[in-house]
Amino acid sequence: MSAVSAHVAQNDGGLSISLSRVVKSFGKLNVLGSFNLEISGGQFLAVVGRSGGGKSTLLRLIAGLETATSGRVSIGGREVDRTLPSVCLLFQEARLVPWQRVIENVGIARGPNWQDTARRTLADVGLEGREDDWPSVLSGGQRQRVALARALVSAPQILLLDEPFGALDALTRIEMHRLLERIWSGRGFTTVLITHDVAEAVALADRVVVLREGAIALDIDIDLERPRRELADPRAVDLQRRILEAV
Amino acid sequence: MVDLSVAGIATGETRKPNLKSLWSGLAPWALPLVLLVVWEIAARTGLVTARLMPAPTTIAAAFWRSLLDGSLLFHTLASTRRAFIGLAIGGGLGFVAGVVTGLWKPAETLFDSTVQMVRNIPHLALIPLVILWFGIDETAKIFLVSIGVFFPIYINTFHGVRTIDPQIVEMASVYGLDRKALIRRIILPGALPSILVGLRYALGFMWLTLIVAETISSTNGIGYMTMNAREFLQTDIVLLGIIVYALLGKFADVVTRAIERRVLVWHPAYRAKAGGEA
Repeated sequence: MSAVSAHVAQNDGGLSISLSRVVKSFGKLNVLGSFNLEISGGQFLAVVGRSGGGKSTLLRLIAGLETATSGRVSIGGREVDRTLPSVCLLFQEARLVPWQRVIENVGIARGPNWQDTARRTLADVGLEGREDDWPSVLSGGQRQRVALARALVSAPQILLLDEPFGALDALTRIEMHRLLERIWSGRGFTTVLITHDVAEAVALADRVVVLREGAIALDIDIDLERPRRELADPRAVDLQRRILEAV
Repeated sequence: MVDLSVAGIATGETRKPNLKSLWSGLAPWALPLVLLVVWEIAARTGLVTARLMPAPTTIAAAFWRSLLDGSLLFHTLASTRRAFIGLAIGGGLGFVAGVVTGLWKPAETLFDSTVQMVRNIPHLALIPLVILWFGIDETAKIFLVSIGVFFPIYINTFHGVRTIDPQIVEMASVYGLDRKALIRRIILPGALPSILVGLRYALGFMWLTLIVAETISSTNGIGYMTMNAREFLQTDIVLLGIIVYALLGKFADVVTRAIERRVLVWHPAYRAKAGGEA
């Protein structure tokens, strides 16, 4: 039964994302100016850039949390004007609800059979047996795992990640990278990861876009075979250097 | 060497807690006990006039007498009944008003500045007016208590609803919670710590208002009991009434704390107080 549902989840794939001539300004401040970006379904895209470069705004536009001043943001060919159930966003902070237990946080949307689904997804992110804990007793890495499980429960076709591993220690971060890569390759959703960590981008993504002052400064494909466990791969180091020069 | 000293501390720690917890359990009662003994001696030796300040044993005797003839229970129940009817009305209205103004901006614009203005009127200053409106019967006292508890509950509920982490509300919208689920699962539980603070303030105001209201005009209740005793110079009954108020206040506080510990188990601060796993 679970094998069947895993199979179905694999075939769901990811939706494509398209931004064309998108302008976003807050008052007089132009955060994105006539921005174009095509992300094909199932792709793992990393967006790298300095803070204040418009990365988070880009993600919030795709998530439907902001509306573009002008231009068109569409998902799977349809224009976005609100948050969609097929698009999930992982924030910088885990944003767990402190007064709900771990399992209730994962099943926050309370879909049909949510407890079973939440339990299975928690096991999937390595948190079996922590269902009835309060969020306050979890470590930072565990909280982000819960947040990831909360996103996965709704079988998203697009997963947006806003520097969710930035505050974790190096070891936990590598663990989270492996977890994310495993789940992404199993489920095949489209992923947009925002990060300021170039090594993270090269380790995880199919494609890296460098965002500078609201425009794309570099757009390269990362053609390295997975899983990418070799930290000192000279090709990866070369890619990192090229990205760093563009940031 | 280091290991030994650590082990020494560890065994010391395991033996100490019993004595320590006994001491910390008893310590708060030491001062009241000493005061009682001094008071008893002062009353017995005639250092203070027994008519103005009867000895603790005299008060205990009065307590026993009034317990046996049922008058203490009668008056306490009458007061408690008033207190809780007033709390239910005033607190209920305060809670609803706090939630509505907290959630809905137009309601705040319409309502909140008026409340802030009226709040600054000491509600006991309304007594003459309340007597003119309602006479001196039950309604007047319940009205006063309701007003007394309305404001602390309203203000703290409003504050609690308004200070919900907007990031969590945003998360809820990303995960598709509708307004009803948002209020029930996110906003109300999140506002609860603040609402309970309001409740504790309200309980203080509740007894305070009741004392004043009952001493002005009543035919039953602790306030009536003490005023009546004053007429007959029964100072022991007057002091007994004051003690009963103190106990009722303490009791209400204990109950609220128990509620806090129960419903706020998720909160690290309350869990620490409850002692580990809850």
